[in-house]
Amino acid sequence: MSTLLKVENLSVGMRGSTGVVVPVLENLSFAVEAGRTMALVGESGCGKSMTALAIMRLLPEDFVVTSGRILLEGEDILSASPKRMRSLRGNGISMIFQEPMTALNPLFTVGDQIGEVLRWHSGVGLAEAEQQAIALLRAVQIPAPEQRVKAYPHQLSGGMRQRVMIAMALAGRPKLLIADEPTTALDVTVQAQIFDLLADLQKETKTAIVLITHDLGAVAELADDISVLYAGRCIESGDADSVVSHPCHPYTRGLLDCVPQLKLGPRPPQAWSDLAEIAGMVPPLGARGPDCAFLARCREASELCRSRLQPALEPITDDHAVSCWRKSELAA
Amino acid sequence: MTTIETSTPLAVESSSPPVRPSASPGRVAFRQFLRSPSGVCGACLLILIVLGTAIGPVVYPVDPLDLVGGPFTAPSADAWLGTDYLGRDVLAGLIYGGRASLAVGAVAALITIAIGLTVGALSGFFGGAIDAALVKITEFFQILPPLLFAMVLVTLFGQKLTTITLAIGAVSWTSAARLTRAEFMRLRNLDFVKASRAAGAGDAYLILRVLLPNALPPVIVSATLAIGVAILFEGGLSFLGLGDPNTMSWGLMLGQNRNYVLDAWWAVIFPGAAIFLAVLSISLVGDGVNDAINPRLRRRM
Repeated sequence: MSTLLKVENLSVGMRGSTGVVVPVLENLSFAVEAGRTMALVGESGCGKSMTALAIMRLLPEDFVVTSGRILLEGEDILSASPKRMRSLRGNGISMIFQEPMTALNPLFTVGDQIGEVLRWHSGVGLAEAEQQAIALLRAVQIPAPEQRVKAYPHQLSGGMRQRVMIAMALAGRPKLLIADEPTTALDVTVQAQIFDLLADLQKETKTAIVLITHDLGAVAELADDISVLYAGRCIESGDADSVVSHPCHPYTRGLLDCVPQLKLGPRPPQAWSDLAEIAGMVPPLGARGPDCAFLARCREASELCRSRLQPALEPITDDHAVSCWRKSELAA
Repeated sequence: MTTIETSTPLAVESSSPPVRPSASPGRVAFRQFLRSPSGVCGACLLILIVLGTAIGPVVYPVDPLDLVGGPFTAPSADAWLGTDYLGRDVLAGLIYGGRASLAVGAVAALITIAIGLTVGALSGFFGGAIDAALVKITEFFQILPPLLFAMVLVTLFGQKLTTITLAIGAVSWTSAARLTRAEFMRLRNLDFVKASRAAGAGDAYLILRVLLPNALPPVIVSATLAIGVAILFEGGLSFLGLGDPNTMSWGLMLGQNRNYVLDAWWAVIFPGAAIFLAVLSISLVGDGVNDAINPRLRRRM
């Protein structure tokens, strides 16, 4: 499989009021192949969404890419013209947002909105666009698509709207789909349906997916590869199975410990085990030093860690890399 | 034997209620408007006034500039609302003057909104240097006293109805611009705008099809009210003697007869009442429109 998206040493900074650029993302690298799913995992404020927006070239005004390259099929999108970028959005890369309740224009029918994307990217006429919109709604498993195509967003439930969003995102036949926490705002039952839908659609269309989430259950189910971000730095990456089953970085372990495990049995257990948490908070922007970003919260930190800089992301096996000074001890 | 349906792809969501034929936002707003008492009253009154000026000449065929009798004839069977200081018919003046006043109001409001929308939209959408420049221009127009500025414009370019209309538009667009700018700034960071951009929308599409329709509700309300303001403005200019002397209008009638109000009240009171009723009806309509398209306000009321 060829590499579709390659992010190389991407750094993003926020320009403060004094002109100082505060790093938001540091030296992030990853690659996504066609038909595969890459998950970006981490707490809020770790730079997951910023990564997505940087790939879309839709970073908010004060944010700038300070270094690195983003290659889509070998084309550097950071240097693409605004016009080229417009045709890439929707067609090369598209994005699903977190909040389906607010991500659709309330004044137009869903058919209009999907149809518009179709008309930009494949130049079809109005009638043809409506037919294709119905087909897309059917593909995302919306019942009675012939009627729903004329519905306004407020007439649909959250799960339905997220399906519409997915239909809209797929309308331009993108090679890469960025899903920014696509299920966070939805019911648990609907979450599972949306993930199944994404997996099915990916199988048919061979679209690469960058899945941004903090739902590790979803990662285990959907993702092929994982990058765990902490405070704007990638601290563990690799094959999804390997990272989920043998997490090496203390942060990844902490995240996995935070997932509640349901124990089934005839009686309640003798002793209830507390759900783990990671004490402390992600260091705020501007408070990130040159040493290991996770140091202050790490239970495994040693004197060695305190005396050194942020460790490099180094492989421990063929398909698994960790950024930790004690990786060999912890992996054992 | 019953067969079990297995073809439904989604057990959870297929039970959701069937979609009703959906009403467009415009039709929903219209229905809501009909439920607002003030809006309906205002609309009825406004329709009466417009109808009066439209079919008035058929019922009451008198030329408003003709001298039909002696000056200051009290209302009688010949001149229903009396005559003014030159002996012109007041009712005929009201009918023809209403056409001018309403037309000036409507066109000036259109100009106001057109300039305001354009400046506000560009300013709010692009931000940065464009915004800074446009805000400076808006502020420049804002600090000029509007009536004085309009008087200067009319004096400079001649006392014609078109000049008066343009002058009113030129001095009153700033609030519409600020309103539109604020709406655009609020909207441009919303998810559906980002989503549209992410799907490949260009600037023109975002401004015209995504942001503008969503920014319109408050602007429509202010446009409605701008008609009333423009009518008052035209009245004010005419009252001060800067009206178009060749075209009868309510303000002109008021201005020319104001010195004789104690002797011939009818020549002043009737045009004054006409302006009052027209502006009142437009304000009521604006109220109704606001109720219809601003759901949050509606709840509170």
